[in-house]
Amino acid sequence: MSTIQDPIPAPAKSMRFGEAALLVVFAALAFLSIIVAAKAYSSAYAFHAYLFAAGSIAAVFAIGNRYMDRPAGATPQLIDGKPNYNFDVVRFGVIAAVVWGVAGFLAGDLAAWQLAFPAFNFETSWLSFGRLRPLHTSAVIFAFGGNVLIATSFYVVQRTSHARLAGDLAPWFVVLGYNFFIVIAGTGYLLGITQSKEYAEPEWYADLWLTVVWVTYLLVFVATIWKRREPHIYVANWFYLAFIITIAMLHLGNNVTIPVSLFSDKSYIYWSGVQDAMFQWWYGHNAVGFFLTAGFLAIMYYFIPKRAERPVYSYRLSIVHFWALIFIYIWAGPHHLHYTALPDWAQTLGMTFSVILWMPSWGGMINGLMTLSGAWDKLRTDPVIRMMVVSVAFYGMSTFEGPMMAVKAVNSLSHYTEWTVGHVHSGALGWVAYISFGAIYCLVPWLWNKPQMYSVKAIAWHFWISTLGIVLYISSMWVAGIMQGLMWRAYTSLGFLEYSFIETVEAVHPLYVIRATGGLLFVTGGLIMAWNVWKTITMPQAVAEQKLALAPAE
Amino acid sequence: MSASYESVASFAQTWGLVLFVIAFALVVAYAFWPGKKRKKEIEDAANIPLKED
Amino acid sequence: MASQGTSIWAKHQIFEKHTYWLMLGILIVISIGGLVEIAPLFYLKGTVETVQGMRPYTPLELMGRNIYIREGCYNCHSQMIRPLRDEVERYGHYSLAAESMYDHPFQWGSKRTGPDLARVGGKYSDVWHQEHLHNPRSVVPASIMPAYPWLSQTKLNAKHIQQDMKVLRLEGVPYTDEDIANAQADILTQSTTDADAEALQKRYPKAQVRDFDGNPAELTEADALIAYLQMLGTLVDFKLYDNKANVR
Repeated sequence: MSTIQDPIPAPAKSMRFGEAALLVVFAALAFLSIIVAAKAYSSAYAFHAYLFAAGSIAAVFAIGNRYMDRPAGATPQLIDGKPNYNFDVVRFGVIAAVVWGVAGFLAGDLAAWQLAFPAFNFETSWLSFGRLRPLHTSAVIFAFGGNVLIATSFYVVQRTSHARLAGDLAPWFVVLGYNFFIVIAGTGYLLGITQSKEYAEPEWYADLWLTVVWVTYLLVFVATIWKRREPHIYVANWFYLAFIITIAMLHLGNNVTIPVSLFSDKSYIYWSGVQDAMFQWWYGHNAVGFFLTAGFLAIMYYFIPKRAERPVYSYRLSIVHFWALIFIYIWAGPHHLHYTALPDWAQTLGMTFSVILWMPSWGGMINGLMTLSGAWDKLRTDPVIRMMVVSVAFYGMSTFEGPMMAVKAVNSLSHYTEWTVGHVHSGALGWVAYISFGAIYCLVPWLWNKPQMYSVKAIAWHFWISTLGIVLYISSMWVAGIMQGLMWRAYTSLGFLEYSFIETVEAVHPLYVIRATGGLLFVTGGLIMAWNVWKTITMPQAVAEQKLALAPAE
Repeated sequence: MSASYESVASFAQTWGLVLFVIAFALVVAYAFWPGKKRKKEIEDAANIPLKED
Repeated sequence: MASQGTSIWAKHQIFEKHTYWLMLGILIVISIGGLVEIAPLFYLKGTVETVQGMRPYTPLELMGRNIYIREGCYNCHSQMIRPLRDEVERYGHYSLAAESMYDHPFQWGSKRTGPDLARVGGKYSDVWHQEHLHNPRSVVPASIMPAYPWLSQTKLNAKHIQQDMKVLRLEGVPYTDEDIANAQADILTQSTTDADAEALQKRYPKAQVRDFDGNPAELTEADALIAYLQMLGTLVDFKLYDNKANVR
């Protein structure tokens, strides 16, 4: 006869299927990696195999450890009637994003200085521009941007579904596995392992690993939507879903490679020549369209309404925006191949759809900006809102510039020049990075239960320093690009080409210095953010309350 | 095939343009038309991020 | 209009409330553009022109090409001359799709921090390339290209080149059994000045045969890279090329 004081007997702890299966898989992977390392054709590949072995062994220990420490029952879905959100993975993603962000900006700025002063190549193979440039692009797009996307998507899908993230080990597999991919990709570039496909440089084994991680990501995301306690799937989740599905398709299409051997890092892409070029820019342009646009539009659709405390301007406009954007973006790839050996019909299609793309892009911009209607005063008082609104403005600017540059007549001048680089950075720094910074400044206090960031003033400093950096960057690259384009096609009165190529290199030197300086300001802004995030996370609760009490009333 | 690149292009640059302008106007009208039937539901959906649990 | 709009609007709920429909909708919408733009490139005749002179890379050139890729040369150098007056005068005949038909992957590039290299073959001497790779500033004082001194100090590792060629053959590059069987020997022959290269040049017409890196004692990565650079754009004889032949 039990009395009320009797403790509820603890159920016997048993290993879940997922835990057991992953233990076996990682043990096998560790074993395989060690064999590959021993027989690898190159030391660089052996190094990667050892990394895989070390990672797998660490995973085995981590899973075992977690099993020993965890309670026997299933993780509760609700606590006191509220969803028991899984924010640990989100916290990891946010910190990874900040760290990778600063690293990626630094790599980019070093590359910028290398173009101004080649001595910065230091005559070392692993730091030369050709290897550093993919390191920079991957670090900012996939390491910084990717962690922001994974972290925010895991946050947003839980909050808008009012449900705990699906899966037990799966979310951890996604964030840790993704960051492991980053390490493999980044060290690979420095060691000279690359497929040479821009923004898809990692070799076959890294691609395979990413495929597994990405499918798990999709499953965790969709399974969480299934658990939702809302009839509607919120707009932001449509964009996240389109981003995840499309990136999977692009990744598979552009990485159909046959490895030389299990023991070689080298593989050859199945496509060749003109078809390979089309696949590459179908991929490359939509890495911009779906990784750097759709994903970050999802951030816009959640964080701007949330921060401004008002719903999105027009829900119906967001429906039109969504379908039009994802349909049209896919077609725009050939504008990277104007006047090349790609057939004319494909170039014309690419140009046409690129110009049409202007409309849904601005539809999205209007939707983001107008969400603030009636709350414009927040631009003055809240630097986080300011950052996000300016990012949407940059989005509008880049998505006008892009269609313009996709017109063949303009492209004949701008292609191959620094103008393209400037255009990319007005989108990447102004839009992607700023909306990410805004989301990070929102998330850090929410996730670590602080009333606000440690220093609101530092956010304003970050904003102004980086904005100055962006302005220097894009204006110098406009001038450099247009100058290159004009000098390359300049003729003397006698009908000879007026400039040799090297004269155009000399002419842009001062602009390279200005660009690198702008980049340095952007790095500085990133460091201020990293410091602020660190101070906020480690801020004692008492200090936080004191700060809030001292804050001026708004 | 009789449709040459030039004939397709000339159609796209004339009637194609008109069609796209009309389609665009329809889409904008649709997006901003003050509908009544689902007003409540739309508001609910748009307010998802603002609901606290 | 209003009522019709509302009804379409109501139908959209299916995407807002059902994950499967939303995913299916996304998948269909994102597939169309790629299918229309990519699939025809595989069967429309004239996408890749018929030309005289294209052949697969010799094993040495292939290894040079892989070094070109490894060092990230494509980040600053295009290999795609556009049919614009100034480009044709600066770099030579505009590039044809056929000229990259055996390129896995393509190397058209996207940026000209340095000049286009599609037809750099034969424009400079081997010695110029040796100096230029070792220290670009020694031959072009204003150059901003990184120096690649390690290329001439690193021995070429051609141990597994036959496996590379087999993979490429699987992907449609017409290497013969003989090409693959002779790969190692071909590398040595092509990188030796005054070697008996008749068999090699029969299988790979126009293959240039000599010591490329200025160091006959050693077969280095510089040998392979310079061999590759010196053959770029030299295969198709444009005196024989009829640009009307491919217009239907």
